[in-house]
Amino acid sequence: MAGAESYPDDLKYHPEHDWARIEGDEAVLGITWWAQDALGELVHFEAPAVGDMAVKDEAYGEVESIKAVSEVISPLSGEIIAVNHKAVDEPESINEEPYGEGWLIRIRISDPSEAGDLLDVEGYRAVVAEQ
Amino acid sequence: MDLIYEKSQAGRRAGRVPDYGLPVPEVPASLARKDPPRLPELAENEIVRHFTNLADRNFGVDTGFYPLGSCTMKYNPRVNEIAARMPGFAQLHPHQDDDGAQGALELMWELQEILAEVAGLPAVTLQPAAGSQGELTGLMLMRAYFEDRGEGEQRDTVITADTAHGTNPASVTMAGYKLEKVATTERGNLDLDDLRAKVNERTAGLMLTNPSTLGLFDEGISEVAEIFHDKGALLYYDGANLNAVVGRSRPGDMGFDIVHYNLHKTFSQPHGGGGPGGGPVAVREDLEPFLPSPQVVKEGDAFRLDRDRPKSIGRVRGFAGPFGVFVRSYAYMRAYGTDLQAMSETAVLNANYLLAELKDDYEVAYDRLCMHEFVLSARALKKEYGITALDIAKRLMDYGVHPPTIYFPLVIPEALMIEPTETEPKERLDAFIAVMKTIAREAAESPELLKGAPHSRPVRRLDEVKAAKEPIVKHAFAERVPTGA
Repeated sequence: MAGAESYPDDLKYHPEHDWARIEGDEAVLGITWWAQDALGELVHFEAPAVGDMAVKDEAYGEVESIKAVSEVISPLSGEIIAVNHKAVDEPESINEEPYGEGWLIRIRISDPSEAGDLLDVEGYRAVVAEQ
Repeated sequence: MDLIYEKSQAGRRAGRVPDYGLPVPEVPASLARKDPPRLPELAENEIVRHFTNLADRNFGVDTGFYPLGSCTMKYNPRVNEIAARMPGFAQLHPHQDDDGAQGALELMWELQEILAEVAGLPAVTLQPAAGSQGELTGLMLMRAYFEDRGEGEQRDTVITADTAHGTNPASVTMAGYKLEKVATTERGNLDLDDLRAKVNERTAGLMLTNPSTLGLFDEGISEVAEIFHDKGALLYYDGANLNAVVGRSRPGDMGFDIVHYNLHKTFSQPHGGGGPGGGPVAVREDLEPFLPSPQVVKEGDAFRLDRDRPKSIGRVRGFAGPFGVFVRSYAYMRAYGTDLQAMSETAVLNANYLLAELKDDYEVAYDRLCMHEFVLSARALKKEYGITALDIAKRLMDYGVHPPTIYFPLVIPEALMIEPTETEPKERLDAFIAVMKTIAREAAESPELLKGAPHSRPVRRLDEVKAAKEPIVKHAFAERVPTGA
């Protein structure tokens, strides 16, 4: 089951409840604690293929819970260089550790300036407070 | 409760067929099955008890209140069944020629005429067997219309609301169109600025329910129609929520060009188990040539099936469509007669009564008059007490109420979508209000009661995650048991 509500301060956030951990010219992407909590227990992650392009503000995959199917929005653009197979095989890992074992994809960032549009943890907390 | 297979005893029979001593016909070896079919073997009384026990555990609109938003679970008058079982209808063969089926064809023709009047559009096909098939048929008509105009390649996108039923985007994709979503304003209307930015010469059309899945009538529908028609695009009306407006306003007058009806919702059919449904489609005059074939037409005093339709998209269903559904809906509408609008008015009144009584105990997303349904949110209860829409739905079962639709539409967190329909008396509505207020109190005072619900049903809380991840939909036989056949 999911841990306590948390939003790490080393991440960049997208208002559609997605996060990016920027590591040089690469970034790891996933969904936030709030997103997994709103969806409830996840039963499926429809992952993209390695080599596909993720486009900022557009869907790169879907997560499905017993309540709903929801698109996963990319905070940044870039080529998908890895998919987390653990999240595919054991989607509950997204609920349990949305920022750790439950990461979704890794991309090679194509436009570093896009990161400037993303929210820091304070900005994202404000988005969550309005929900 | 055991499955009927688990009750099976080898050799038991409900009846025995005498041995006539006739020769056994020769079946080619390639077609003969190697093992006899595994059928349950029981005495007749045990079969009757098995299915009676199952029926006793069922909950339907004949059992109690069933406010399943968007599904319009109204009471189905028994006169519909009497009409559907009349031998001339029930025993009609689908291959009967037109001369021998004049009564049935007349009923279909009159149903088309009534539906055309309800939609405010001149031509109707009865063929589609459900709302989803009506949607696909409507989009195929859209494509045929644009191909006929030489715009088939150019128009590749269909727009839906972000509150739309999941079937809308699914139908758009199945029909080969690209999907674009338009936002909803804070009043619950389509965002006209967002729409203006998205509608262009690549747009084939819009799919919309009005009232929306939020139970709100779109106040800007005339402007919406203008935006699409200015760019040569079409408007498709999803009739899922038609029960709110019949006899009061007509989709054709709002500017819609293609309309589907859900006969099983608006015009009463028992449809809790996924059928039978009926999804007729109405169109404006210049789309009529594309309607599926055959069409029921009237010539003088006679009726026939017209198959000479060169521009038709073809047949979308076997024979003439779901005929039993036609008889029931026709009987239902004729029983109301010219008073059909009382149906929709009462549906809207009932929903507003519930909304007014419940909006202080639960959150409402849009605080304005609703149509035939409305959406409550359990967001505050979740924040304060950890009580979700699912917990409330399960607790309602303990109080003998069918749960409403939950977690839909997706734009409302912890949504409970409630549609009482017009067929509920005030006492039922008052009882439901009392139950909902009790549950709101329980959420604050004894949340564990809700989290463990239901407590009084044959099965307790189901493991929905396990059901989604490891669905077992086939009985696993322990071993191959040779039957006594």
